[in-house]
Amino acid sequence: MKKFTFVLNGRDVEALEGQSILEAADGAGVYIPRLCYHKDLLPGGHCRVCSVKVNGKVANACTMPAADWMVVDTDTEELNEYRRLIIELLFVEGNHFCPICEKSGDCELQALAYKFGMTAPLWPTLSKNPPVDASHPDVFIDRNRCVLCGRCVRASRERDGKSVFGLEGRGIRTRIALDSLDGLGMTALGRNDAAATICPTGSLVLKRVGFTTPYGARAYDKAPIGSEIEKKEE
Amino acid sequence: MGNTISALIKKYNGDSTRLMDMLIDIQSERGHLSDWTIDQIAKLLEIPRVEVEQTVSFYHFFTKEPRGKYTVYLNDSVVAGFAGRERVKRAFEEAAGCTFGHVSPDGLIGLFDTSCMGMNDQEPAALINEQVFPSLTLQKARDLVDGMRAGLDIEALKGTEYGDGQNAHPLVRSLVRNNIMRKGDVIFSDHAPGRSLHKIATMSPLQLITLVNTSSVRGRGGAGFPTGLKWELARKAPGDTKYIFCNADEGEPGTFKDRVILTELPMLVFEGMAVAGYAVGAKNGILYLRNEYRYLREYLERTLDEMRERGFLGSTVAGKAGFSFDIKIQFGAGAYVCGEESALIESAEGKRGEPRDRPPFPVSKGYLQKPTVVNNVETLCAVVKIVLNGSEWYNSIGTKESKGTKVISVSGDCGKPGVYEIAWGFSVNDVLRMVEATDVQAVQVGGPSGSCIGPAEFGRVLAYEDLATGGSLIIIGAARDLVKDVVLNFARFFREESCGSCVPCRALTGMAQVVLESIAAGRATRANLDAFTGWASIMQKNRCGLGQTALNPVVTTMKNFPGVYTALVPDGDPAINPGFDLAGAVRDFDAAVDRLGGGHA
Repeated sequence: MKKFTFVLNGRDVEALEGQSILEAADGAGVYIPRLCYHKDLLPGGHCRVCSVKVNGKVANACTMPAADWMVVDTDTEELNEYRRLIIELLFVEGNHFCPICEKSGDCELQALAYKFGMTAPLWPTLSKNPPVDASHPDVFIDRNRCVLCGRCVRASRERDGKSVFGLEGRGIRTRIALDSLDGLGMTALGRNDAAATICPTGSLVLKRVGFTTPYGARAYDKAPIGSEIEKKEE
Repeated sequence: MGNTISALIKKYNGDSTRLMDMLIDIQSERGHLSDWTIDQIAKLLEIPRVEVEQTVSFYHFFTKEPRGKYTVYLNDSVVAGFAGRERVKRAFEEAAGCTFGHVSPDGLIGLFDTSCMGMNDQEPAALINEQVFPSLTLQKARDLVDGMRAGLDIEALKGTEYGDGQNAHPLVRSLVRNNIMRKGDVIFSDHAPGRSLHKIATMSPLQLITLVNTSSVRGRGGAGFPTGLKWELARKAPGDTKYIFCNADEGEPGTFKDRVILTELPMLVFEGMAVAGYAVGAKNGILYLRNEYRYLREYLERTLDEMRERGFLGSTVAGKAGFSFDIKIQFGAGAYVCGEESALIESAEGKRGEPRDRPPFPVSKGYLQKPTVVNNVETLCAVVKIVLNGSEWYNSIGTKESKGTKVISVSGDCGKPGVYEIAWGFSVNDVLRMVEATDVQAVQVGGPSGSCIGPAEFGRVLAYEDLATGGSLIIIGAARDLVKDVVLNFARFFREESCGSCVPCRALTGMAQVVLESIAAGRATRANLDAFTGWASIMQKNRCGLGQTALNPVVTTMKNFPGVYTALVPDGDPAINPGFDLAGAVRDFDAAVDRLGGGHA
């Protein structure tokens, strides 16, 4: 693949043809905050957290291919303020109660909220308290904690060769749909499916292992989100 | 029933990209798409059930429950509200014996709201079983319900007082009126079908593209992309199979000019598609038509047949070997966002109408991943006239940067609502005089995704370089309550019509309505108002034009009419939230301790 360079946060970095801005930045050890993106999946472009400035214009880093003419800024006060607002909106849209959540400390939404200095949502939740579906023997889905990133939808299709998940409705009423009318337990979802563990929040969770690692000893308890990418640089 | 579904799927060759057509047929025939039906379709198409469910649940006119033998969709546009929609709504409710959002207990009549259906110049209007009933009154609503109770079929309900022009055509038979108030030199000038096709048959595709480029014609949907350049990009894109779409989704509230053009000049539109096909090297054209205009279906199909008979479509268009072009009609099923070109393409592929991230652009990877051009109805009409009269002629009309004419849809508080073809360069004041509007508080230019301007800006001109517009002008009289009658309605519209794919658009169209309602009720703080400023800044991160502009109704009215908002926000400590209803919160407690009317009230 052809190599080229572009300007990322003021310095020249190398990229391969076909790489998105986000992938190229990852390779250069520059962490662009993201939520719906996952390295093993095609990009969804839903959360818009990875928005950056390309030659002064807003662009979505996970879907925009890097190019040699680009001057990209990823870490400005303005962009980070946008990100904080988006994360806060997700807390408002759903019903995220971190203190009792199995995912606390491993949750990407929570970790991003800490990163951008969000302390508490400033608006009442819009969530209608959808019921938890625990009909599957090994996995449950709690739509209160869903951010509609679509990772489970994509993972089931792209990685597991199934179509366990989809989207239902539109706009503020969009929710994750299942490939069965009779609950998660009647779908083809398996415990070892990529889709079962790819959720960034506590919406889709494996049963019985939620507290194997205690609070305080989890991924983002030790290091802030993104540090694994920034570390590579050193 | 299983047999008919399998026959239907055969009719579409078991092609799951034709899912929209299948669902529209079943919805139209059976009045709903049950879970059982969804299961059958999935099984027969050999696709997961959830894929069918995704599409079904996305579109407003697909319903999983029966919606009555007669389904009334009453338009919920701002102008319908101006024209007495609430009274008509109550009349329907009283006569039918059920409230909106429900079906009468006997299953006969369903009453539902619907987003602007392109009838703003004849409100209040309703769609009943795919037929339009414009200019409703209390009495008409009661008579309609009486007719339904008497078991009249939809034709008998309609009566025979058809609208003007082709609305009275035997294949249309519609009560809709055209209200063409002004004909200009381009779109509504005389047209002899087929002549432009014979003319381009003597030109090379590149010569044709050069002609369109020198005419400087730009897209009429609102974004204003140069048409010739779009064609050139699609022509150069690698691949043998390419597509031309005509975007007739016309969902922007207050816009209805495409409906009139398609009613009166369908051959001009189709001819424009064939011209585009010749330029791009595309053999297939698709008219994407909003479901609200389904009453035009037989008439448009017949027009296509006639064009085939006359050699304007088919394998040798205009007698030229190698000039092959044909057109099919793809209906939508109720989704404003499908007017966005990439969402339109997704929808035509049988999927949810969610816009795509670009690149790739449709001109390189569009419909079925093939190079695709999406042009507005009016753009395609203009191109035919440019072919016939030349680019110099076209350049002589309009302003320096905006050539040609624009067909505008005018509605709201004015004496002469309707369709006007004007040269670019008319000021808002010129338009207001022309349509006999007096005592105007504001004009919504370009629909809710555009901007709401006050008298200080009425000297501005309609042109790409000043007030760019897809053509919707809603006139808001002095007596209207800007927040309650207009902005709240638009907020509801965007909440209903956001596809939900991007977070800022989904969450903020949900939030905006809640916060606006508290502002309108006088329960908001200065901080609530200020929040919109921060929110507006993240809307530009959304993928599509809908998402980027969905807060415009609030943002532009706050900018241009700050007084109407400050009047609604009580003075006082900005940190204190008057939205908190203290008396309500302690009511149960007060009742329990027998302290009603006590200290908290």
